[in-house]
Amino acid sequence: MQSISDKDYGTPRVDSTTKVKVNIDGTSVEVPEGTSVIRAATQAGINIPKLCATDMLEPFGSCRLCLVEIEGVKGYPASCTTPVKQGMKITTQNGKLAKLRRDVMELYISDHPLDCLTCDANGHCELQDMAGVVGLRDVRYGYEGDNHLQLEKDESNPYFNFDPAKCIVCSRCVRACNEVQGTFALTIQSRGFESKVSASQDQSFMDSECVSCGACVQACPTATLSEKSISKLGQAEHSVVTTCAYCGVGCSFKAEIKGNTVVRMVPNKDGHANHGHSCVKGRFAFGYTTHKDRITKPMIRNSIKDPWKEVSWDEAINYAASEFKRIQSEHGVNSIGGITSSRCTNEETFLVQKLVRAAFGNNNVDTCARVCHSPTGYGLKQTLGESAGTQDFDSVMESDVIMIIGANPSEAHPVFASQMKRRIRQGAGLIVIDPRSIGMVKSPHINADFHLKLLPGTNVALITALAHVVVTENLISEDYIKERCEWDSYLKWKAFVSQERHSPEATVSTTGVPAELVRGAASLYGSANNGAIYYGLGVTEHSQGSTMVMGIANLAMATANLGRKGVGVNPLRGQNNVQGSCDMGSFPHEFAGYRHVSDDSVRAMFEEAWKVELKSRPGLRIPNMFEASLDGSFKGIYIQGEDIAQSDPDTKHVQAALEAMECIVVQDIFMNETANYAHVFLPGSTFLEKDGTFTNAERRISPVRKVMPPKCGYADWEVTCMLSNALGYAMNYTHPSEIMDEIARLTPTFTGVTYKKLDKLGSIQWPCNDKAPNGTPIMHEETFVRGKGKFLLTEYVPSHEKVNAKYPLILTTGRILSQYNVGSQTRRTANVAWHDEDIVEIHPNDAEERGVETGDWIGITSRSGETVLRATVTDLVQPGVVYTTFHFPESGANVVTSNHSDWATNCPEYKVTAVQVAKVTNPSDWQKRHQEFTSLQKELLGKRETVTE
Amino acid sequence: MNIDYLVEMANDIGNYFTSEPQREEAINGILNHIQRFWEDRMQKQIVDYLDEGGEELSPMVKEAVSRLKNSLVEAK
Ligand code: SF4
Ligand code: SF4
Ligand code: SF4
Ligand code: FES
Repeated sequence: MQSISDKDYGTPRVDSTTKVKVNIDGTSVEVPEGTSVIRAATQAGINIPKLCATDMLEPFGSCRLCLVEIEGVKGYPASCTTPVKQGMKITTQNGKLAKLRRDVMELYISDHPLDCLTCDANGHCELQDMAGVVGLRDVRYGYEGDNHLQLEKDESNPYFNFDPAKCIVCSRCVRACNEVQGTFALTIQSRGFESKVSASQDQSFMDSECVSCGACVQACPTATLSEKSISKLGQAEHSVVTTCAYCGVGCSFKAEIKGNTVVRMVPNKDGHANHGHSCVKGRFAFGYTTHKDRITKPMIRNSIKDPWKEVSWDEAINYAASEFKRIQSEHGVNSIGGITSSRCTNEETFLVQKLVRAAFGNNNVDTCARVCHSPTGYGLKQTLGESAGTQDFDSVMESDVIMIIGANPSEAHPVFASQMKRRIRQGAGLIVIDPRSIGMVKSPHINADFHLKLLPGTNVALITALAHVVVTENLISEDYIKERCEWDSYLKWKAFVSQERHSPEATVSTTGVPAELVRGAASLYGSANNGAIYYGLGVTEHSQGSTMVMGIANLAMATANLGRKGVGVNPLRGQNNVQGSCDMGSFPHEFAGYRHVSDDSVRAMFEEAWKVELKSRPGLRIPNMFEASLDGSFKGIYIQGEDIAQSDPDTKHVQAALEAMECIVVQDIFMNETANYAHVFLPGSTFLEKDGTFTNAERRISPVRKVMPPKCGYADWEVTCMLSNALGYAMNYTHPSEIMDEIARLTPTFTGVTYKKLDKLGSIQWPCNDKAPNGTPIMHEETFVRGKGKFLLTEYVPSHEKVNAKYPLILTTGRILSQYNVGSQTRRTANVAWHDEDIVEIHPNDAEERGVETGDWIGITSRSGETVLRATVTDLVQPGVVYTTFHFPESGANVVTSNHSDWATNCPEYKVTAVQVAKVTNPSDWQKRHQEFTSLQKELLGKRETVTE
Repeated sequence: MNIDYLVEMANDIGNYFTSEPQREEAINGILNHIQRFWEDRMQKQIVDYLDEGGEELSPMVKEAVSRLKNSLVEAK
């Protein structure tokens, strides 16, 4: 079922500049060439009955309900499959058409259970509506003949039911799964009366290939496929447009509400990032927002061995402020800091960094982007001049060759993956560079032209080898380079990459990728009209992350693949607001808009606006804070919406650093791993409980809108204001729009952003200023932001993390579709039906050598620590490499990861850890200690003194 | 802070610049990077380490850190 507030135009919008004029029932209407008759009529306010057509999908023409008469045309063409022609005269209503439509409806209804009053779809069923519209009053055929009314319901999916008795075989679900999602899980089996919808090989939805994106549910015109939440709660009464709080795709949604209860989330057809599509997380996994584990009262305690005590907001805030002040007076102004969250809004993030700089009086602020995309910021700023991706998502529809490096879009950025797949099905070439056989390599109707299955940690050697081929086979665009880039830097780079030691033949011993594959991939990308690169954490989370980002930018500049639609360098951001948290000045060395704290004129502007003196020297990064804590010079921290104890590498080291601090203030919706080490807990609010904005991977600022009051009484930004006020630095905003106005005043790339404009345009891609009042879908069109693009040298420096006889395998990490990051949200939803523990993938050869079989517990030991996980034996990974996800704290995936990091940004090297694995029967020592500590903390939470306000 | 950690960080920066054909440019690159991204106590500590001999620092990093020392002295 579509959103209760959607209007369905019958067929998708057509973008054509040529206009065609037609006459429909006497009304003249002008539409783009190629538009269907049904869409033109709907635009003119004339609703033609329909069942198999919907504007999410290409027309199909099966139900024959949308018949019309067209002057000069024989018979009664279907208006959904007939495009308008200049001067067409169309009649949509007359006696003959009415009879034909009634006959069609009569057949449908004769095989449909007439339980409308108690049906989930009641009030929003298209079949019911159509019966009314065509004036069906009686049905001549009874239920005595063959019918489908006894078919069994499939309730296997945790979020939606499939009730085949109600199916009208319109095939909208099948087409949605193919066209919109690209999974091809559904088919119409058999023919005629026997025909029915079938998931995979006639399996239940849960056992089939279905990934639970919900596109079919949204497309279904009846209650056949419908959300369980509607069954439970009934239909919603109104809807509010907001933005998904999970991944960096940033899908726009209509939250459908009843009172203060969200009935369902329906992807917004007008959403610029997702065009009405979503994945299982955004559409279905919002149950965590009302989960019983939510902590809604502030709490304090003296030591992490004490039970918690619930207190009033005033007491909690004053306690935190007095502790921070005490620490600063005893240990100096630089002994405290803060961490902003990539899950919170831009406005909240901006306030936390402002609090650190203005109220704490230092620059010790960092964000979780440190551990994911900080090399993107560094590498792209150095080469192109702006720390952000260059394109909008829609750009991919004009790409001829798509190169995916170290990203797993179908798991981590599913909605964009669907769009990419659509383009690949249309014929775009595909190169995948990844140690693992990710889903994009081979899926229905998709086969990568090249899969360069490199050894983890050798990205830089490979990108330079690709550059070597592009340069030595003269696939470069020297004219473009001459005009757009620093010529000297290019010549230096050219001389560097041309060296024989960088050839595919010379680097095969490092990368493990056969030279002919490297040559083939380089020629495919280098000779494409439009070549686009998309990359993820498999690029950044390495000790050479920044070098690799520069290598990617070099390659794109050399082949003129920057500055127009269809090309570009595009980081796929992990969390919903990673881009935003970086833009908002969360890094210790820069203010909002990526301007260094040492820049006197920028600092003066902030000092003037904030009425306070600001520091000109960079502060501590997250890993530096840990080191400083261990040496006793860093004692207090304010952490908003992050779980560093689970997400950061080398867990034992992080835990020791946290234990050494005197005041840890955690603001979150749940008690998380970090909160177990906290002294003050400030309850957080979910994305449904506050106003603000998120910025996605395409620099798109989208509105987040409050649909229910915050459970704890305050939105996160209000709590930061209270803390700042208690510290003596006044923050008196009454609405997040005022914070955005301040951001706009102080940030050249945001000058034109206002809430009013966001409401009008739906979303805005920064830069948005006088030069680009409606935002900037494609960057670097005329010139690069830094002026001339700069080529940088990319020497391959191997990781410190080396395999040897003791640690012969490389462990690398990734994500899975149904879970999100540290999992604190998705683990508290029915998404655990797909993934309820982290599993280690091991190649059959390595497994056999160690006597490991699928399902065995295996110990994974590295130089940092040991953990135990269950194994699955698969050739998705290559020999010598093991792979796991990191969504469950008890897995301790980060107990084994090392302390090594990217040379330029300290982004941890999550993707390469030398390990040994062996079959075991018991959990690791760390896991036992973790379990004991967690139980103790649970007990301390359970024993908390409560207050009733 | 743990000096081994800082030394590894400094040498990692140095390693990136090894392919830079002009030594002077490489040293300035290292210096500039440390100045732009390292917090004061880290800068000070690596300078102290160099004063004590700085054995584990690579030659170019040593040179960069000695220039860093001069700039810290000047800043005072
Ligand atoms: S399940 Fe729904 S969408 Fe699919 S064929 Fe049946 S009625 Fe149509
Ligand atoms: S939920 Fe998505 S993947 Fe599953 S059958 Fe429906 S459209 Fe296909
Ligand atoms: S998790 Fe990502 S892809 Fe899924 S709905 Fe949310 S924003 Fe869209
Ligand atoms: S809506 Fe046109 S044929 Fe079904």
